[in-house]
Amino acid sequence: MSRKMAGLNRHSKVQYSVSDKMISTLTYIIYSLFAFVCVYPFYYIIINTISANDISTKGDIIFLPQQIHFHNYTDVFKIPGLLDATTISVGRTVIGTILTVGASAFLGFMFSQEDMWGRKFWYRFTLITMYFNAGIIPWYLTMQSLHLTNNFLAYILPMIVAPFFIILVKTFVESTPKELQQAAEIDGAGTMVFFIRIMVPIIQPILATVAIFAAVGQWNAFQDTLLLVTDNKLYSLQFILYQYINQASSLSKMLNLQNTGSMAMQSLAKQQTTTSVRMTVTVIVVAPILLIYPIFQRFFVKGIMIGAVKG
Amino acid sequence: MQGSENSKRRASIRKFLYILPFMVLLAVFAYYPLYGWIYAFFDYNPPIPLSKSPFVGFMWFRSLVENRVKVNQLLQVVMNTFGISGLNILFSWLPMMFAVFLNEIRSIRFRKMVQTVTTLPNFISWVLTYSLAFSLFSSEGMANGLLKQLGMISSPILFLQSSEHVWFTMWMWNTWKAMGWAAIMYIAALSGIDESLYEAARVDGATRMQVIRHITIPSLLPTYFVLLMLQIASFLNNGMEQFYVFQNAFNKETIQVLDLYVFNLATLGGSYSVSVVISMLKSLISVVLLFAVNGLSKLFRGESIV
Repeated sequence: MSRKMAGLNRHSKVQYSVSDKMISTLTYIIYSLFAFVCVYPFYYIIINTISANDISTKGDIIFLPQQIHFHNYTDVFKIPGLLDATTISVGRTVIGTILTVGASAFLGFMFSQEDMWGRKFWYRFTLITMYFNAGIIPWYLTMQSLHLTNNFLAYILPMIVAPFFIILVKTFVESTPKELQQAAEIDGAGTMVFFIRIMVPIIQPILATVAIFAAVGQWNAFQDTLLLVTDNKLYSLQFILYQYINQASSLSKMLNLQNTGSMAMQSLAKQQTTTSVRMTVTVIVVAPILLIYPIFQRFFVKGIMIGAVKG
Repeated sequence: MQGSENSKRRASIRKFLYILPFMVLLAVFAYYPLYGWIYAFFDYNPPIPLSKSPFVGFMWFRSLVENRVKVNQLLQVVMNTFGISGLNILFSWLPMMFAVFLNEIRSIRFRKMVQTVTTLPNFISWVLTYSLAFSLFSSEGMANGLLKQLGMISSPILFLQSSEHVWFTMWMWNTWKAMGWAAIMYIAALSGIDESLYEAARVDGATRMQVIRHITIPSLLPTYFVLLMLQIASFLNNGMEQFYVFQNAFNKETIQVLDLYVFNLATLGGSYSVSVVISMLKSLISVVLLFAVNGLSKLFRGESIV
């Protein structure tokens, strides 16, 4: 290689641009491939849920949907428990996100108040919790003794104080001019008034970031249901989906039995199969993320960059 | 004078009272469970309460190194943890290179598209990821369908039940999910590099690869170092969800990492105290690791990472 390079020395400029071009083509190919790998699984399940079920179950639908129909989506909500689980997941996401964002905003602001009693100690007291974990049994026993097993509040209360979000907000608050608060205090505004009226509007960008993280976290949470909930009225969508993956065959049979009652003849294309049930539920669970993702993408990119500056 | 001192003090206490309810929440949900470590020293079998359980001292700790069966099981679990975490650390430079070469692409639209699309999997839960994996790689999934259409196989390949290459496939799924997201840190750091460095290099006739090697990568190394240290500190914490959803009767042997082992012991094995012992040791070792890497960071970079 080096001898070749030496031989072509006179044309070194050409040589560079040729190698440049090769690198650029190669990077384009690699990134396109990786992007494809990231998107295709989602595309694959979506086209399969709207294709004829007897073809999709053979794994034959790979690039384009066939015999499009939307029957699966109306059918799947007949599965007992899916609507309940949707309510629980939406409920915990909305309530949990509001409380987590509120607490993170307030604590991030309060930890920037240098005159607070024991500020450094309480800030460390909060951050250290990121680095240890009592373990599953102690956690379960704690929740049990607080009567938080089989309790909706188990999804909300432990998530309210989130150290990582507090760091993000505090870093942002500290980048705003200190004179603001002094001026507001001279005008007679107390800490709370200043926080709500002036600080919250200023830190809105970082609160949007925190909101999206918290909402995704709540929506995706799985372990807490697995560990703390046996009452099927409180199952979250993630948990139900996990169960469906393992029991989809019995569910599809049940749906088909229900349907033969109402429609005498069910065409093979619309009959529920293990695959169609599993994929349709998957699309329902993933849909909210796919829908809000493009809107909020710019927020969290900004947010993580604020975090990165602090390191 | 004294009055203003007093009112200052009162304001300072009042501010603390504002955050007190949140500190109570933290004490209850983060610190109080530590009390449960006491179960490691008792022979606890629910529903018999702790007060009536016999105190056994370090019996469970000793059983981990004395009981032949348990030693072998634990060794396998520790090996899995080291294998999977090891792979992640071995390839921890991938997100950095991902960002570096992405930065070389001239079309801003393409760059934005790649960045948007590759961060998406990070926001999908492990249950959903498993569902996607199942759809693609089960016996009636896309991979087998495609191979059959191409006439390459006659009977389906059972990818998900395979007990081979489990560490590697787990690393692959983790990379699929996390790579784009991890690259964002580096993309942020890239935008902070002084433009004049590049200009100077270009004037000196440096090739693109030379610029990458001598300017871009060295400027990203501090960020890489911090993230690597944090990754090493959480070496034992693979999390449980990924391995829980992917585990089955066939791959159990090689997929069980410490976090999953603790969970399985607690929920399937019925060995509560041993489970507590292991989570306790794990937590303690993790904190020691954190201090160790922090010390290293102070030594080499003169600043701490936590």
